[in-house]
Amino acid sequence: MTATATSARSDLSELGRSETALRTFLHGLPGVDQVGAEQRAAQLGTRSIKTTAKAQAIDLAIRMVDLTTLEGADTPGKVRALAAKALRPDPADPSCPHVGAVCVYPAMVPYVAEVLRGSAVHLASVATAFPSGQAPLDVKLADTRAAVAAGADEIDMVINRGAFLAGRYQEVYDEIVVTKEACGDAHLKVILETGELATYDNVRRASWLAMLAGGDFIKTSTGKVPIAATMPVTLVMLEAVRDFRAATGRQVGVKPAGGIRTTKDAIKYLVMVNETVGPDWLDPDWFRFGASSLLNDLLMQRTKLTTGVYAGPDYFTLD
Amino acid sequence: MFEYAPAPESRSVVDIKPSYGLFVDGTFVDPVDGGSFKSINPASEEVLAEIAEAGNEDVDRAVRAARQAYEKVWGPMPGRDRAKYLFRIARIIQERSRELAVLESLDNGKPIRESRDVDVPLVAAHFFYYAGWADKLEYAGFGGGPTSRHGGGVPQPLGVAAQVIPWNFPLLMLAWKIAPALAAGNTVVLKPAETTPLTALLFAEICQQADLPAGVVNIVTGAGETGRALVEHPGVDKVAFTGSTEVGKAIARAVAGTRKKLTLELGGKAANIVFDDAPIDQAVEGIVNGIFFNQGHVCCAGSRLLVQESVADRVLESLKRRMAQLRVGDPLDKNTDIGAINSAAQLARIRELSEAGSAEGAERWSPPCELPERGFWFAPTIFTGVTQAHRIAREEIFGPVLSVLTFRTPAEAVEKANNTPYGLSAGIWTDKGSRILWTADRLRAGVVWANTFNKFDPTSPFGGYKESGYGREGGRHGLEAYLNV
Repeated sequence: MTATATSARSDLSELGRSETALRTFLHGLPGVDQVGAEQRAAQLGTRSIKTTAKAQAIDLAIRMVDLTTLEGADTPGKVRALAAKALRPDPADPSCPHVGAVCVYPAMVPYVAEVLRGSAVHLASVATAFPSGQAPLDVKLADTRAAVAAGADEIDMVINRGAFLAGRYQEVYDEIVVTKEACGDAHLKVILETGELATYDNVRRASWLAMLAGGDFIKTSTGKVPIAATMPVTLVMLEAVRDFRAATGRQVGVKPAGGIRTTKDAIKYLVMVNETVGPDWLDPDWFRFGASSLLNDLLMQRTKLTTGVYAGPDYFTLD
Repeated sequence: MFEYAPAPESRSVVDIKPSYGLFVDGTFVDPVDGGSFKSINPASEEVLAEIAEAGNEDVDRAVRAARQAYEKVWGPMPGRDRAKYLFRIARIIQERSRELAVLESLDNGKPIRESRDVDVPLVAAHFFYYAGWADKLEYAGFGGGPTSRHGGGVPQPLGVAAQVIPWNFPLLMLAWKIAPALAAGNTVVLKPAETTPLTALLFAEICQQADLPAGVVNIVTGAGETGRALVEHPGVDKVAFTGSTEVGKAIARAVAGTRKKLTLELGGKAANIVFDDAPIDQAVEGIVNGIFFNQGHVCCAGSRLLVQESVADRVLESLKRRMAQLRVGDPLDKNTDIGAINSAAQLARIRELSEAGSAEGAERWSPPCELPERGFWFAPTIFTGVTQAHRIAREEIFGPVLSVLTFRTPAEAVEKANNTPYGLSAGIWTDKGSRILWTADRLRAGVVWANTFNKFDPTSPFGGYKESGYGREGGRHGLEAYLNV
């Protein structure tokens, strides 16, 4: 790192100390032209990924799946089945890789932990009064600590969108900082809920805010509002993690979540990662898909590539 | 690493004949003196077909066929009936779009992604758009004609149009020329460029398929001499040319003193101006699209990047990172971003000017990229440290070569942008709406794009100032060039 880069690092670490400094910095980021960003995302979607490249992309995408269930109806039996699937997504094919993580509510963490113990599959828990985040701070922190104590090694928190949209950046920042402390060694994914932030300028600012406050990952959505992950939103977030690493030397991961259901979509995202931030992010440690039905489509396409024929949905496990 | 496997579009969708005649009076005919030339695939130097070379007599036959069709069929035909033919042609173009795209990429060298997603859809859109005007000419705002044949003050066509088009967008330039001419009631004799005649000849087959009356569209192939015979032919009422400023000037001289109406769409050296408050990531996309789209073989290419000094380092760093992602190679591969240079002659010109850039002290940079052995290729290139005095800042390179200059104030940006004999297009990148308007007001360029670049639409007029030519193509304005008003 050069001398200027080093001084830039220390400058950024001071930003969280004042509302004015945060505001000045976030509003000084280059704007995002909506038309241009959407056009670029659409253009990346036209890449043609075939044969060996497709096989490689499908296996990578499987390893990047955060296999998720976030329902009021979740039970120990349901999440145990999901965890078993995470370990062996395709029981018929031992060469099929395991997924990146299982993602559940805090109350379900102990049951998943039993199944995943000793494996390389991570255990993610949503926390901080997911999905709205509308609870007192000490409740949110207790939620986080409980999930970690029960065995989660990744925490998916939600930012305080109300505070963000009201321009109270310091409050959002401070919440992320204390949640990160409450996580201890667990990795912190910060959900921006981009569908509620509405503009790409806001997505860029919220991305930087989350990274400045110490988030290990930035994640698009809870999956609980009508607009979840989109290609252009993820593009803006990828540009943010790229620029953040250039400025600070620290790499932050990205997780689009919600609405990604097909292999075709997943491959479009991987192309976007490849051409926006490069191979450093083409790894489950740095890029994840928050999804549930995506996995079975990936498995079907994977089987099609190896056997040459499509198998019906009955040949893939439901959970 | 995520390596994209080859994803070639199948070339078997198009059937290329070993040889092509001239399309005169509705049929393919051999040239009188039997001359011919070869059209090659610039990506492999493989010969694609033998093409007839039209001499003076052939041009004369084509012009007489066009005159006959104008007098007897197309001129008297009501606009609503002309529209039916144009709509039919537009639909056939859509139906045969894959075939047209593959043939365009084979003959021109442009990536299939562009011929498929840009050229051919725009071609169909142009025919659809002007088909809609054919029965509404009296509402185009140019008044009625002096000797209206159909009553009601319908403005009158000019007669026979001689149209000479370039090799950079072979089929699209054909559409820009033929669609408004036919909608207005003219008949045409069109000469495609000698390196890219194939899609025009396929278009001739489409005219047959659409049952277009014989002689309404005539296609004569050949090089400069054929073009000269066509524009100088006394039986022509209108000349439309797209190409180099040098040839455009010669045509203007040849046409001077005759009754012929003339429109010229010539060269450019567009400034793409990036202000310090620009959306940087999208501006970089716009810069890339501005100069590397179609290998830079674009008259309105943003070949001069004017970037505000305070953000120059940041923009250049992003630009270089983005350029490293450009995929150069097989035009038929669906993942190719930059295809082949159209001809050996054009490659020589790009090389000559690039060497002049280095010799005059500008700093040259290209991303690492492997170029195929056969065919004509040039890596995407930028020159930094360029000044207004450098040749690469003044002359049109017509290749994937960007000259980067800096400025300090908006006034300086405008001054530098206008300091060129050309005036075809310009780009402005800023988050401030007021600055877009202030700058656009002062730029002497026919087309000004704000926070985008190289956007084309049949409804929008296109054309230049100064040595970039005169007349407008596209939109309601494009009708004027083909009406006696």
